Order: sequence, then C-alpha cells, then structure tokens
Amino acid sequence: MSDSIDIAHLSKLAQLALEPTEAEHAQADLMRIIDMVDAMQAVDTNAVAPLSNPLDASARLRPDVVTEDDNREANQASAPLTADGLYLVPRVVE
Amino acid sequence: MSNQQLLRQGVAAIARDLAAKKVSSRELTDDYLAAIEASDLNAYISVDADGARAAADKADADRLTGSPAHLLGVPIAHKDIFCTANTATTCASRMLEGFVPPYSATVVERLQAAGVVSLGKANMDEFAMGSSNENSAYGAAKNPWDTTRAPGGSSGGSAALVAAGLAAAATGTDTGGSIRQPAAFCGVSGIKPTYGRVSRWGMIAFASSLDQGGVLAPSVEDCAWLLSAMAGFDAKDSTSADVPALPDFAEEGLPPLRDGLRIGLPREYLTGIQGTVMATAFDEARRLLESAGAEFVDVSLTNTAAAIPAYYVISGAEASTNLSRYDGVRFGHRASDAIDLADLYCRSRSEGFGAEVKRRILTGTYALSVGYYDAYYVKAQKIRRLIQEDFLKAFEGVDLIMAPTTPGPAFRLGELSQDPVAMYQQDVFTVPASLAGLPAMSIPCGFDAGLPLGLQFIGPHFDEASVLSAGHAFQQRTDFHQQLPGATP
Repeated sequence: MSDSIDIAHLSKLAQLALEPTEAEHAQADLMRIIDMVDAMQAVDTNAVAPLSNPLDASARLRPDVVTEDDNREANQASAPLTADGLYLVPRVVE
Repeated sequence: MSNQQLLRQGVAAIARDLAAKKVSSRELTDDYLAAIEASDLNAYISVDADGARAAADKADADRLTGSPAHLLGVPIAHKDIFCTANTATTCASRMLEGFVPPYSATVVERLQAAGVVSLGKANMDEFAMGSSNENSAYGAAKNPWDTTRAPGGSSGGSAALVAAGLAAAATGTDTGGSIRQPAAFCGVSGIKPTYGRVSRWGMIAFASSLDQGGVLAPSVEDCAWLLSAMAGFDAKDSTSADVPALPDFAEEGLPPLRDGLRIGLPREYLTGIQGTVMATAFDEARRLLESAGAEFVDVSLTNTAAAIPAYYVISGAEASTNLSRYDGVRFGHRASDAIDLADLYCRSRSEGFGAEVKRRILTGTYALSVGYYDAYYVKAQKIRRLIQEDFLKAFEGVDLIMAPTTPGPAFRLGELSQDPVAMYQQDVFTVPASLAGLPAMSIPCGFDAGLPLGLQFIGPHFDEASVLSAGHAFQQRTDFHQQLPGATP
C-alpha cells in the first residue's frame, strides 16, 4: 500500500506546508514507516474488538454546570494576536 | 560525603535530613541551583531560581511551625510537558516558545501542596516524541555517564538531571516508554503508573489513550513517596480512574517482597537479548530475587512483535488529532504575514513543529485517512486488545512480569537520528505495557562497559504496590542505583 503515498494530499490534510526537499524526505520516511507498520497485517484479528481505551472505559460525563470562572485575560495572555478580548485571524469574509 | 553524593542521595534520604534539620530546604535549593549552573548536560530547558528560593524559604518557615509533610522542601524538576502557572512551558517545541500557561497541571499542584520545591523545567523530546532527546528544539540533553551518548527519551532531561544530582527527583511522562527507557539509560529508577492513575490535566497531550505521568528518582522508595503525593482521582481528567488511592508510602513504607511471589519471564523479550551483557545482568537479577523468595515462571506474550507497528499507528493517529489545536490563533507560534486563514494554519504549524513531530502527524493522518482507517487505525486497535489479552492471560498465573527495559545501554547521540524506523525499534520492550495500560517500572540492574542497564517490572492494572515492592526488594540487595556517573555534571 505504501507506494501510493500522496505526500502533497497528506500534508494538506495535516495543515502542513512542506518545502520541496522536506516533502521528499517526509515521503521517503513515511514509506519506510508504513512498510514497518504493515507487519500488523500478518496478525489475525478476526472477531477481535478494537481497544481504544486501555481500561475499556468511556469518557466520564459531568453535570452540565459552569465550573470555570471567566479567565479571558489570563487565557489570552499567550495568544499571539488579540484585540478587545477577541482573537485575530486574517480576513475570511471580504 | 561529596556534594554530588549529597545531592544524589534521593528523595527519602533528603526528606529525612530536612526533617532532622540537618540541612534547610534553602541550603539544598542553593546547592542544586549551583550544580545546575555548573552543569553542561543541557538537562533543563528553564530554571526558576527565584521561584525555587521563595518556595524553599516557605518550606523552611512551614517546618518551623510544625508541618508534618514528608516531602516538605524537597527540590525536584518538572518535565517541561507539565503546565506550570506563570512559568514558561515549551514542551521542547518552537511552537510553544513564549507560552506561559494560566494554570498548573494537577501533578504540579499536588506536589506543590505536598511542599515540594520546583527548580525548573526538564528537557525532553519535542511533544514527548522521541527516544533520545535529540528532537528537543533546545538541543539534546546529554547522558551524564557518557556525554557523547543519549540520555534516552522522551523524559531524557528528567533522567539526566536525576542521575547527575541536579534535583532530588523529576516528573516525567510515558507514552511508549518515555520514563522507563531514559531511566534505564541514565541508571535511575522510573515508574509509569497504570493508565488513569495520575491525572493528565495540564499535561500537554501527545497520545491521550497512552500518556501517563510518573516520576524518576534515584531509588524505588523515592519514586513511591512522590507517586503517593501526585496520583489519585481527578475530576478534571475525564480518563482519570476513580479507584482506591495508593497508600502513602512515605508514611507506611513499601510492602516487603511477598514470599513465593510469582514473576513471569516473557519468552519473546528474552530471545531478543540472547548473548548480550544485558542478558547476563538480567539472569543475575533473576537469581538474586529467587534467593529472596520469588518464584520464576516462563510466560508467553505472543503478539509482542506487532506492538511497535500498532503503537506507531495509534500514537500517530492520536498525535495528529491532538496537535491540530496548534493553529497560530489562540496560543503558540504564529506565522507572520499570512495571506489567508489556511496559509496562517499551514505556515504556523510548519514553522513551529520539528521534523519528528511532522513525521508523526503525517503517519497519523495517513492512518486516519479515507481508505486506510480500517486497514491501519482499526487494525492497530484490534492488535492492542490482543496485546492486552496476552498480559491479562499471563497475570492469571503470575503476580508480576520481569523484562529488560531496553535491548542494550545508551546509544550515541546521532547514531540513530537519521533513521526513524531504527529509533522506533528502541521501544520494543516498553511499548507493550503502554498499549495495555499497565504499571511498569525500570530500575538499574547492572552495567555494560560503564553504561547503566535497566530491567522493568510490569504489574496488573492498579497494582503499583507490587511493582514498587519488587523493585525496592531488589534495591535493598544491590547498589546499582547508588552508583554515580563519573562524568562531572
């Protein structure tokens, strides 16, 4: 399966902009990683249920009540760009 | 006792000296800060000298008013993956350069409440992805036993600084071996508790179904003392296990080795080290525990070979999801002059993440993408269950499993950094217990040409007590954990 790695498509999905040489290396590495990972296919997993949590637990739900105070100032202290308490992004609507 | 010996004597011994008022926390803290200043191991990313001195002074004052806290005034370091309020937390990534969390991790809060002094933040592989510390954006920490060698990873700074006596102990995290492998490489003790035992709140996420906080220290007893203080249910972590708390090992001591304790030796692990110095050291450890009353039984963990492939699929998939939060908007690195939102996301991430992090994200994205999801991600999760079942079946007949932590001693810096697949194979003995969510602890068990070797005990879910008890019994009969690295820190 590993000969079909489309690194341009993958990096787009992953929101990464790779330089041409970086993309070349990433593709070569990824092909080797996927080859290594393909050893899994030899294991018979018929009738085996996937294990997504090692304790077979699902996320605990909490009562739907407010537990946090408004900490906007503290929470935005490390934000790269804010104004009037809002996060700034490049214009998305002309 | 030399200064290095004093600083390396461990949490329990230091706590006893503090309680007996042989030394003050401030004196100790100043000694550690001086040792850190003189060190060229690059084991710390940041040192908070003023904060540490203030915390030490407070601990000394609290002692005068009769505080009975066992850990009061003991100076430690935190892996730079734990958020520390008002102190920079980088996760060894350019992405989080300048990030100052508005809150502290539960682990940090609990240790602080126990009176522990934090000296600073330990070096690590970027976002905890790596086995050598070479993926740190701040340069690799060095192994104090041989500074041309890797301290292991990802908690490499934690292991190196404990080995060199640059803190009494350090927190760490283990996703696929990130506490145990560096502990083994640096000749210290390190425990990864059961998944869910230690809160992940404020611990920067890598692979959420695997990440588990723990501790590295000179001895098993030291680890036990700290673990009692940092573990326990936390409503803020939705995967925190609501189970009976660990005993306070500082108060109660560690349970002695149970007579007739049955320890399993996994065939699949031992064939991997045949003929090595590790095999000889391991065999001697077995004989020693046998003479102490333990009984050894061969066990088989048949799906061991599939653990590395399954682990790199699952951890990659979870990493690609977790790291999607770094978008250049709310925190972290932001690319300048982005032309639109997509450009902002892509360039911020590409500039902020290092090569290994990008590799993991791409691996995960591949495994989760349309057409490959069942063949890779679901397949890996099925193998994860088989691996867990192997362990559960083994634990029907044994109380613990003993195995080498790594195939050999620390490799050289640069030796594997160009070959990600070879680097991944370093985790062969640590990844299975992580996939199964089991508690596991590495302890020093010998030397290969002057470099430390480690063995691990793996226990049933939530049976940290048996793991610690076996490790403690071994250390009462050996002095590998008391050996100091010759290289001056």
